[in-house]
Order: sequence, then C-alpha cells, then structure tokens
Amino acid sequence: MTRLNARAPEGPVAEKWTAYKAGCKLVNPNNKRKLDIIVVGTGLAGASAAASLGQLGYNVKVFCYQDTPRRAHSIAAQGGINAAKNYQNDGDSAYRLFYDTIKGGDYRAREANVYRLAEVSNQIIDLCVAQGVPFAREYGGLLTNRSFGGAQVSRTFYARGQTGQQLLLGAYGALSRQIAAGNVTLYNRRDVLDMVLVDGKARGIIARNLVTGEIERHAAHAVVLANGGYGNVFFLSTNAMGSNVTPAWSAYKKGAMFANPSFTQIHPTCIPVHGDAQSKLTLMSESLRNDGRIWVPAKLKDVERLRNKEVKPSDIPESDRDYYLERRYPAFGNLVPRDVASRAAKERCDAGFGVGTTGVAVYLDFADAIKRKGHDTIDSLYGNLFQMYQQIVAESPYETPMMIYPAVHYTMGGLWVDYELMTTIPGLYAIGECNFSDHGANRLGASALMQGLADGYFVLPYTIGNYLAAEIHTPRFDPASSEFNTAAQAVTDRLKSIKNTGAKESVDHFHRRLGKIMWEYCGMARNEAGLNEALYLIAELRGEYARGVKIPGGVNEYNPELEKACRVADFIDLGELMVRDALQRSESCGGHFREEYQTSEGEALRNDDEFAFVGAWEYKGRDAAQLHREELQFKEIKLSQRSYK
Amino acid sequence: MNLTLKIWRQKSATAEGQMVSYDVSGISADSSFFEMLDTLNQKLIMSGGDPVSFDHDCREGICGTCSLYINGRPHGPEKGVTTCQLHMRSFKDGDTIHIEPWRARAFPVISDLIVDRSAFDKIIQAGGYVSVNTGGVPDANTIPVPKEKSDEAFDAATCIGCGACVAACSNAAAMLFIGAKVSHLALLPQGQVEAAKRVQQMVACMDELGFGNCSNTYACEAECPKGISVSNIARMNREFLSAKLFAEKEKIIQDSL
Amino acid sequence: MLLYSSITKKVLMALAGLFLVTFLCVHLGINLMLLKGDGGLMFSEAATFMGTNQVIKVFEIVLFAGFLLHILFGILVSFQNRAARPTAYACGNSSETSFFSKYMFHTGIIVFIFLVLHFIDFYFIKIGIVAPPPGIASHDFYHRTLLLFSSPWYSLLYIISFLFLGIHLNHAIQSGFQTLGWNHSKYMDAVKFIGSAYSLLITVGFSIVPLYILLSK
Ligand SMILES: Cc1cc2nc3c(=O)[nH]c(=O)nc-3n(C[C@H](O)[C@H](O)[C@H](O)COP(=O)(O)OP(=O)(O)OC[C@H]3O[C@@H](n4cnc5c(N)ncnc54)[C@H](O)[C@@H]3O)c2cc1C
Ligand code: HEM
Ligand code: SF4
Ligand code: FES
Repeated sequence: MTRLNARAPEGPVAEKWTAYKAGCKLVNPNNKRKLDIIVVGTGLAGASAAASLGQLGYNVKVFCYQDTPRRAHSIAAQGGINAAKNYQNDGDSAYRLFYDTIKGGDYRAREANVYRLAEVSNQIIDLCVAQGVPFAREYGGLLTNRSFGGAQVSRTFYARGQTGQQLLLGAYGALSRQIAAGNVTLYNRRDVLDMVLVDGKARGIIARNLVTGEIERHAAHAVVLANGGYGNVFFLSTNAMGSNVTPAWSAYKKGAMFANPSFTQIHPTCIPVHGDAQSKLTLMSESLRNDGRIWVPAKLKDVERLRNKEVKPSDIPESDRDYYLERRYPAFGNLVPRDVASRAAKERCDAGFGVGTTGVAVYLDFADAIKRKGHDTIDSLYGNLFQMYQQIVAESPYETPMMIYPAVHYTMGGLWVDYELMTTIPGLYAIGECNFSDHGANRLGASALMQGLADGYFVLPYTIGNYLAAEIHTPRFDPASSEFNTAAQAVTDRLKSIKNTGAKESVDHFHRRLGKIMWEYCGMARNEAGLNEALYLIAELRGEYARGVKIPGGVNEYNPELEKACRVADFIDLGELMVRDALQRSESCGGHFREEYQTSEGEALRNDDEFAFVGAWEYKGRDAAQLHREELQFKEIKLSQRSYK
Repeated sequence: MNLTLKIWRQKSATAEGQMVSYDVSGISADSSFFEMLDTLNQKLIMSGGDPVSFDHDCREGICGTCSLYINGRPHGPEKGVTTCQLHMRSFKDGDTIHIEPWRARAFPVISDLIVDRSAFDKIIQAGGYVSVNTGGVPDANTIPVPKEKSDEAFDAATCIGCGACVAACSNAAAMLFIGAKVSHLALLPQGQVEAAKRVQQMVACMDELGFGNCSNTYACEAECPKGISVSNIARMNREFLSAKLFAEKEKIIQDSL
Repeated sequence: MLLYSSITKKVLMALAGLFLVTFLCVHLGINLMLLKGDGGLMFSEAATFMGTNQVIKVFEIVLFAGFLLHILFGILVSFQNRAARPTAYACGNSSETSFFSKYMFHTGIIVFIFLVLHFIDFYFIKIGIVAPPPGIASHDFYHRTLLLFSSPWYSLLYIISFLFLGIHLNHAIQSGFQTLGWNHSKYMDAVKFIGSAYSLLITVGFSIVPLYILLSK
C-alpha cells in the first residue's frame, strides 16, 4: 500500500489557493491554440470547463452521449446552489461553508480542496447572474436565499425548483458561444468507451458514434473527465437512464485510482417505488424539508388502518403522530443531513411504521406550512414539485401528505484526484461528480452544483495550465498511432464479444439484478456478512453476464441495447469494487453505515484513528484491486462526533 | 391494461419507414408511458425482434430528450407534461395508441421515433446567450432586477428544448422555442446589452434551418410541456422589429495590430 | 421578397392586412348608405367622391399595393410553411387550437377569387377595361349594384364570400396584433374579443345589403 499525496500547497488553508494561483505556470495565448483538450461530459462541470478553456484559447473537443449538451443530468437538480455570500447577514463566511462541508462529509474530505471550493463559491453566483441565470429575488430586486440541510445559515441560491436547469442552461450558453466562436467542437451522441495513454500520459479517447456505430479516435494533450455520477449501479436511482461510469471506469482500468467507491448518498425525499416495471426514481427536492414535516403514525394500529384506507392521514390526531426527526434531532429537526434523514426513515419503516401500500414510505406533510404561509406562498415555492408529484402518484400534496422514501441519488466516490484535480494518470483530470474530491462520506444539499461549477469555471482552467505549460512543444497527436490502434481494436473486440446472441436474458434483466444486490447489501446499511454475500452474488452475476446477453441489432448502427450492455458490464465490475471498499472500511461515516459500528442511539460511529483516510483503489486485473491511502490531516477543523441534536 | 400500439418504424435516416402494429398486455395503469414501451421492447428483444428506439433520459420531465407524437399530439393527451411524465392512467384498456416521431424538415428522423434536433443547438449558438467571460463580472447584487421581470424571465427560461412546439405547429415553426430564449434574456438587464443583435441573429439562423413561419395558431403553447406563453413570441417580434428599425448599425472596426 | 426574414414577412403581411381591415370599415360604411331609401343619392355621392378625390386616389394605390403585398406574402408564407414539414403525420394533429387559424390560406384564396369577380364587376368597369352592362353608365354604381344583387345566386356568392372573409378576419385581427408584438396579458383578451366582434360586423354588415335588396324586391 502506497500513500497518496494530494500535492496541496503548504501554508494555512485559507491561503493555499491564492498561493497556488500565484505560483502556477501559465501558457501564453499563442501556445494555447496549439494545445488540444478533450472534455468528456457537458454537465455543469464539463460545460463550464469546456467553455472556460475554449475562452482561454485552447482547442477543445467536448463529448456527450445525449443529442445536445443541454440535456446532461445536471439539468435535473432542483434545490439550489450554495455560496458563502452572506447576503442574509446571518453570519456566513467562506470558513463556515468550509466547516459545514467538512462536517457534513463526516470528516472524510480533504481540507485544502474544500476550502478552495468555499472560497470560489461566491464567484460562481456572480458569473451565473451575469450569464442571465434567473435566480429567485426579493421584491427589492436583490437575490434571496433558502436554507438547506446541514447548515444553520441561509446560503442556498435557487431558481424555483429548477436550479440545476437554469445553471446548466447558463453554462450551455457559454459553451454554445465558444462553439460558435470555433474554440470548442461538439461531439454529441458519442459514447466515450476508452482512454488512450501514450508514454503513460493521457492523450486521447475512443468513442462510439451512437448513431452510426462508428468507432472514433480523438487525440489531445490532456483529457478531462466530467461524466457525472454512477448511482445507476443500483439500477433504480434518481439519475438519468443513460448515466454511466464507463469513461471513469475505463480510466480506472488504465491506471487512474478510484477513491471511496462505496460512499453513496441515499436521498431521503424521493417518490417511493411503485412496482416491478419501474425504471427510475424521482427526487423531490430537499428544499421541501424547509416547510414539510416528516412523520409516521406512532401506533401500529394506525399504520394498519391507513394501509387499508380506513382512515386518511389527516385523520390521525397530532398526538398519535411520530415526527421522528423533530423528536430525535431537536436542533436541526427536519433539516438534518441527508444520510441521517434517510437512515431514520429506514429505521421507522423497518420497525413496521412505514405507510403506503408497500409499507416503505413516510409522510412529508405540508398542512402546517399551508396554514402558516398560505396556499399561494407554498405554491410559489414548490408548485412545480407538487405538480410533478401529482403527475406520478395521482395525489395532490395540497390535500394529503406526500409519501417519500430514500433513494440513491449521488455518489461521493469517484476518480481520485490531487489538489489540481488530476488523477493518478498524468494529463487526465476528473471534475464534477465523477471525482471523489469534496464531499467526504456525505454531500450536503446544494453543494454538488457548487462543486461542478467551481471545478469547471474557476479551478481547472488554472490547474490544467500548470500541466500544459510543459506540453507546448509536444506536437498534435496522430490518432492513427499504434496506441490508438490498440485501444480502438480493444473497444471493437469488446463490443463484438458482448454482442452474443445465443444468450437468454436481456441487459435490463442483469442490471435489475445487480441493482437489487447493491441496494440490499451495499445500500443504506451494510454489514460484513451481507457484503460478503454481495461479493459472491456479484461474481455469480458477472459469470452469467460473461456467458452472454441478448442484444438485438448490429454493432454498426444505432443500438441502445448495445450501449446499455457496455455500461452494465462496467457497473457490475464497479459494484464489486464498491462492496470491497465498504468491507474494507470498518467504521460508519456519512453515507457509509456499517451496522457493526454504531452508537447505542443508532448513530454512525466513526473510527478516526484507523480510517481518517481516503481509500483509493488501483486496478489489478478484472477481479483484483489494491488499496492505497491518502491520509487526511485536519489542521483547521477538530474532528468530533457529528451531532445534529 | 391491454393496448394496441401503432408505431412508426424506420431503420435509419435514409431507410423507408412505416407504421407497424403491436399488442401489449398486462400494463399497470400506474406505470409510465415509457415503462409501457420498455415492456414492449423487452418482449421484442426476447422474441428476437428489433426493439423500438425512442429518445429518453431523465424520465422526470426536465431534460427535454423525450419526443413522442402520441395520438396526434406531442407528448400525448395530458397538458403540461412531457412524454416521460405521462402515465398509463391517461389511457383506457383496449385503446389503440398511435406513436410517431416529431415531423419537421429541420428535425430529420434518425431511427424509429428518434429525430435530430441539433437545429436547436445551432439557433442557440447563433446568439442565445449573454457574452460574458468566466471571471471579471460584477458582484451578483450590483444590478437589482425587479422581481416581476426576473420571474417572467424565469418562466421563459424553463423551456426544455424538447421541440414539441415545432412538432405541434402546422408550419413546423420554432418561434416558441426562440421566443422563449429571446424573452428570457431580453427581460434581464444582463441580457439587454446585446438584445438587438441576438434576436436578429437567432431569427436569421432559424430561417436558414428551414423552420416555418408563425401563423399564430398557438398550437405550440397548447402543447408546450412547460407552458411557455406565446406572449414570448410577441415579445420577440417586438424586439426584432425595434432592432431592425432602430438598432445602431454594427461598425466593423479593424483591430490595429 | 424571398430574402425577407420570416418575421419581417409576417409583419408586412400584418400591416397590410390591418390596413385592409380599416379599409373594409370604410367600404362597409359606403355600402350601408344603399340602405337609405333615397334612390341611391347619398351612395352615389360617396362613390363619386371616392372615385374622384385625389387623396383617395393615392390611397387607392396604397390599397392595391396592400392587397398585392398581403396576397403575395400570404401565398409565399403558406408554401414555405408547407415545405417545413415534408412528411405528414399519420395521425392528424389534434392539438387544442382555434380551428380556422389553420385555414387562413384557404379562406384567403376564397376571398381572393371573390375579389377578382368584384373587380371585374365594379372597378374594371369604372376604369373602362370592361364594358358596363347595357343601360348602365360606367360610373353608375348604384344601379349596377341593384342589378347584381337582384340575382339570388350572385347575392349568395357574395354572402358566402363574406362569411369566409369573416372567418379569415376572426383569426387575422388578433394574429396581426400578435405579429406586430402587441400582445399584453392585460389586453390580449380584449383584442381577441374585438377582433371577433369586428369580423362578425363585417360579415353581417356586408350581407345586409344584398339581403335587403333581395327582400325589398
Ligand atoms: C434529481 C437530482 C437532483 C439534484 N439536486 C441537486 C441540488 O439541488 N443541488 C446540488 O448541489 N446538487 C444536486 N444534485 C447533484 C448534482 O446535480 C450533480 O451531482 C451534478 O449536476 C453533476 O454534474 P456533472 O457535470 O458532474 O455531471 P452530469 O451533469 O451528470 O453530466 C455528465 C455528462 O457526461 C456525459 N457522459 C456520461 N457518460 C458518458 C459517456 N460514456 N460518453 C460520453 N459522455 C458521457 C453526459 O452526456 C453528460 O453530459 C442533484 C442530482 C439529481 C440526480
Ligand atoms: C379584405 C381582405 C383581407 C384582409 C382584411 C386580410 C387580413 C388579414 C390579416 C390582418 C391577417 C393577419 C396577419 C398576421 O397573422 O400577422 C391575415 C392573414 C392572412 N391572410 Fe389575409 N386578409 C385579406 C385577404 C386575404 C387574401 C385575398 C389572401 C389570399 C391568399 C389572404 C391570405 C392570408 C393568409 C394566408 C394569412 C395567414 C398568414 C399566416 O399567418 O400564416 N388574405 N389576413
Ligand atoms: S417552448 Fe415548450 S415545447 Fe418548445 S422546446 Fe421549449 S419546452 Fe419544448
Ligand atoms: S426524458 Fe427527460 S424530459 Fe422526458
């Protein structure tokens, strides 16, 4: 086991970024034109990076699997984006945002990165407003804020329930401007399937044109991955149907380390599963917890009556309701961090107090808020969410409490990156949700949008220059070189081998099975026996998968089943690594809850002496991986047991 | 539920296509329209057939990928929802459902129900943004924006770029899509600076791409899943007219080296 | 003409169309003078004024230009619109829109055919291209009108034409406002209402004259 070094600058945490910027190498404008950069992904991270790098004068190629950059899954983010503006005069500061993020992440994130994130957060808001992002405003014309879980200040900027959409459209606009200017070339409907290394450095990618099936090679001086999170390893998640880990996973297989894969965020407020044909889960923004109160019946007898529809939720008297978050965490109440809220819901449902026909749901009740603030105010705050809920469930949250249950939502783990956001492969960067960097073992609400944009707009444009400054004499790469040939051939062979028509089951069948295993054994609560069981089941699943999947159609044509087949193959391998990582981490922290390690009150019990590190895995063949550690040093913040009581 | 589906099948952009009939059975009224199509596709795959391709991604009505023309209406019979938000409870047992791709010269079919909407990207590239660089912008609260304006801009900005407006329009016009973007930016002080240039460039691009003219039938508004108002089209017309009539002529000044 | 942007084309059409709308109002006023039982005195006077006044002459040119512009653009725009959707839907559109708005070209063409007849019957006689029917002077519109409307077939054709014009205008007036950008949430409903009322007035108003003449025979 080697120890990884993040290469953060020396000095006090608050001065590191300034020091870095002052000392990093720059590339002069003439040379930038000679340097090519590939950006995989057009979400907040990818679009902001591609636009900013194009603006600087680099020659950028940007890839996405959708038909247009604007559809990246960042579009679905609802609640908001954090920044330490302190517009509300409620005591916020970069330091406090930093502190909350480290604490929220249960002390498993790197101080230097998180401080930088908090530091640049304000610039993000300034830029987005200048781009025309219509954030919510007060009548006086100035920006307003809402509160989010895990913080005692109001620092979340939002655009009704569509913050991600508005931010992404801003970044998409900036990207479009660079495309029009000829600085960025867009490759849409492309599936990036492999990385190409030349002399150990990232020099290109292999992509499949999803319309024609053609295998394409693209060369560059540096490659930036921004392919989003891997929550779809659970099959059911709030991610988009096409969200996948493939670009990051192919990097892992080529030598980039994968950090904390088991750190998954289960979001407490999603619409519960309805049946077997279900294809995805829908998130109800966490902002709802500002006004909604979460409860289940206090008496099992009421649970029964509700399920048989003998009584309505509103018929249950106050005294017979258990507002379990308010009861257990009086200081934060319904606004405890996500992992805490999710586990509490699971705990109640496991104890038999769950509501709904399936018994795996809890109420999120707006009756009080509507009474207090009025129907119109609630409508203006959550109208579109209520509408979305009603469309899916056919019940109006104005009349009866919403039913919610936790669902997989975000993955804190990802490619290991150093302070410069570079992976362990030189010239390969990872930004946005696909890296592991800022959220430790649990991400606070409204922090992912902040991180994606911070990485893309304000961090990567500096740090990548520091690397590229040494590459100005490297000529453009020839995508016909032997390294590209080998990689392209490997991809072609892989596609051919996956397309085995003799098999009995379809890709979805395997994906669903993988999802069930992961949810059952590596979901909200984990234990050693279960994780070992999962290892066995995944190995079995992988064996079956290797024997063949039923895929209609050909390789050289539009073939969505073939796309899925590659993705699911990678998810199976990733699933195994997640389980290994969860097994390795004999403690509970944030979203990683090992049942063996909990306090007498059922709270997560960290083990800082042995596990205050980032676990980064190195690929060692298909079912082997080696763990490396990056020790986390907390110089600014004292480790303490997270308490939201 | 048991249903008969009549679906447009077309192997590739250049192939001939036709409507093909399929039966599906045992569909839950609570499942979504796409889950119903998933069921059909699973059946087709298992029986050695060719599954129906359709565009979809977020399945929660925000990415704008989904694009089905169902029984003569883009995004199906419900108002204000996308195809992916459509649930089978909107149909009756025994129904026949016609499913077609968006039809427009500017949106050629790629495969089955999938069309190429990159024309929308081109229109945005023609000027659907505020030309600010990363870095060097003023504090976000420097310019107050009246809440009403900001809210109106937001309403226009919620367009998801799905193209239902084009699909619904008898002229395959893209005026609602462009009107929404022009309005969003023209309503904000940040966007006003280059408003005159923007609207002219975007409209010119739209014309070039072969979209139709606006006949003000308002089918777009009726079918837009985000309820974008046609008042945005009027605003665009206004912006366009005043730009054509009053905007300063752009002077090309050679940068001296 | 082809080089104009789509919006410019529509704006010119709308301006011309709305100008025609105001002209219709004047025309209707003169027509209604026929109803005055003065043996066509007032009507003839007005017709003479319209035929001889120099200002009106200028307006006449504008009017013709307006018709020409409106019609040419109408046809151009309609063809472009058709070309924008080369493949039709198998299952016709059932979106909730005003039914007639989709048939502006058709109603326009019907109005156009009528216009041609109307010109042959009146204007061409006036300027001497076509010889007046025997016994009627080339500037005697009063008797010419009485003669024409004494035929129930002609009257029916006339009324039907105005029915189609009414349908055309029902959509056209508010559409013209929208095209010119005059859409405001406060006023749009009023504009729509006034547009419909006005088109009803035109249809009914123009139909009264032949009905009156037919019935009073
Ligand atoms: C429903 C929902 C609500 C959320 N709400 C919030 C919130 O309120 N606040 C908050 O801070 N965070 C929120 N998040 C989290 C946040 O939205 C995401 O973490 C963040 O947007 C990820 O951005 P990204 O740029 O890293 O990736 P994405 O936006 O997921 O973009 C990934 C990009 O990579 C491309 N890509 C992926 N695979 C391939 C491939 N194989 N080949 C080519 N291209 C590929 C895709 O095309 C896409 O362009 C939410 C997340 C979800 C799912
Ligand atoms: C007295 C006669 C007429 C009047 C007052 C009139 C008035 C109008 C007005 C106000 C509009 C609305 C313009 C807009 O939407 O911006 C319109 C539309 C239209 N007119 Fe006419 N019109 C007349 C005759 C004709 C004729 C003869 C044609 C022949 C083809 C015609 C064809 C059209 C068409 C096709 C449209 C719809 C254009 C579109 O929006 O796609 N009109 N008319
Ligand atoms: S205006 Fe409405 S229908 Fe048109 S693209 Fe935008 S969201 Fe879709
Ligand atoms: S799939 Fe995203 S809007 Fe329908």
